[in-house]
Amino acid sequence: MSKSSLTGTRIRARRNLRGLRQSDLAQMVGVSPSYMNLIEHNRRKVSAPLLQAVAQALGVSEDALVQDGDIRFVEGARAAALRTDANLADLERVDEFAGRFPGWAKVLADTQARVERLERVVEHLSDRMTHDPYLGAALHEIISAVTSVQSTAAILNDSDDIAPEWQARFHENILNDSKRLAEGAVALVNYLDTADDTESGLAAPQEEVEAWLARMGFHYPALETMPLADLSRLVEGQVELSSDASRVLALQWLVRLQEDTRALPLDPFVDAMMELGAAPDQLAQHFGVPLPQVLRRLAMLPADDDRLTAHAMPGLVVCDGSGTLVLRRAVDGFPMPRFGGGCPLWPLYQALHCPGRPLRVTLLTDGRMGRRFTAYAICAPEMAPGFDIPPVMQSTMLVVPDSGPTNLPAGQQPLVVGGSCRTCAQQDCPARREPSILVTFA
Amino acid sequence: MDKRVLVIEDEPNISEAIRFILTRDGWHVDVTADGVAAVGALQTNPPDVLILDLMLPGFSGFDILKTLRANPATQAMPVLMLTAKGQAADREEAERLGVTRFMTKPFANAEVVAAVQEMTGT
Repeated sequence: MSKSSLTGTRIRARRNLRGLRQSDLAQMVGVSPSYMNLIEHNRRKVSAPLLQAVAQALGVSEDALVQDGDIRFVEGARAAALRTDANLADLERVDEFAGRFPGWAKVLADTQARVERLERVVEHLSDRMTHDPYLGAALHEIISAVTSVQSTAAILNDSDDIAPEWQARFHENILNDSKRLAEGAVALVNYLDTADDTESGLAAPQEEVEAWLARMGFHYPALETMPLADLSRLVEGQVELSSDASRVLALQWLVRLQEDTRALPLDPFVDAMMELGAAPDQLAQHFGVPLPQVLRRLAMLPADDDRLTAHAMPGLVVCDGSGTLVLRRAVDGFPMPRFGGGCPLWPLYQALHCPGRPLRVTLLTDGRMGRRFTAYAICAPEMAPGFDIPPVMQSTMLVVPDSGPTNLPAGQQPLVVGGSCRTCAQQDCPARREPSILVTFA
Repeated sequence: MDKRVLVIEDEPNISEAIRFILTRDGWHVDVTADGVAAVGALQTNPPDVLILDLMLPGFSGFDILKTLRANPATQAMPVLMLTAKGQAADREEAERLGVTRFMTKPFANAEVVAAVQEMTGT
């Protein structure tokens, strides 16, 4: 096939890049939509006057439509130019540039793609530094110790008339905080030194999907009405989803979330919450749906809905039968590991031992700044049971922040849990599977 | 009668230092690390100024501030929020909830004294 015989293909590619419908372009150049369709499928030749009109409508040179320049290079070069202070008048000639110097255009496009990829990596690493629960807690501990040392030292330095007992007390405080500061710094260095190589690289597909869902606030209004066939469009061109694997995974979750939103449409669901409260079991009974579906739906509600201001946005963790975490929605104050399993005491894992039985447990997160949560968990089969096929189970846990006075019966204490053994300081925990990096063992 | 400051801070050495510098400046200072219990006491016996740590176990400084601002008796109480988290998002959230002053740790002692004086017009 000659180069010019692919003119229709190039016209279609250029039209799509500019977001024009086929019928719009047809109208702009004075032909029928059906004729334009035949042109774009290379089944009609394009006359010289029509080619000129199409090129003008698309804002490109005629050469760009008849020569075999790679449109990726053109767009790459254009994107590179738009990032700089380059003279935008030259931007009109980017097609000409790519046509005359395809090798240089490729270099420019490849460089631009690399810059975009590296920017995503930097953004991801920065996000990780900000949201790593252990780093946050460790830095808080260090800053608190520094604050105490600085403030106490300033009192001793600025005052000549401090009573001896106060002097002794402040000296002791400084000594204790200095030790704490040293231990905190050592623990922090250990944490950074022992981080796996995998933790410093690019994100795994699951992380990318979680980052993408997080950017959308774990809510996609269009899901309720969008046809199933159109879901794949939602995962295309998303900055976070850099690989085919992450896009496949994202699509799988979209399909499942769509099932959830269709079974539990937003308005009736919120109305039921207003009437019944956010108790997952009551909502499941009210709508006649499985409990895991309600747990997922509660974690996928819009954060900016005025009707939901009284409800704290919960976190969500889902694991398969092996205990591998397959989805995490973070919630402030409840640490979730980025790699490996979570705390063995989580009701998420307890539920795996008693499929079909809902668990509700009050949790207190490990550490001096521990926070209380109510966890709702249940394990259920992923598919209909059948003979000669192994059961595939999945456990789901909703984690709801629990502020204010506790509702626990008198004498009953919340269950203390961590994020993972590595970053949990509970030394006497019977479920510990590896030493904590936060504790200095004598 | 001395003006009263209540410090809700779970770091005992920090609250001890704050208690010392404000007592020396003529304030009566009460200290607690229990945010939930303090909220109840604040309604019945409100101090002239509240110094509130953001990161408290169980019931955060934001939770306490929200509760205070929802109650007419404590709605206008001057609140100085201290935090080791200096992110803009925390400051914005504190301002949205009606904090009077926001100060990041580590702080200078003189800054705390000046802020308390300024908030009470002394």
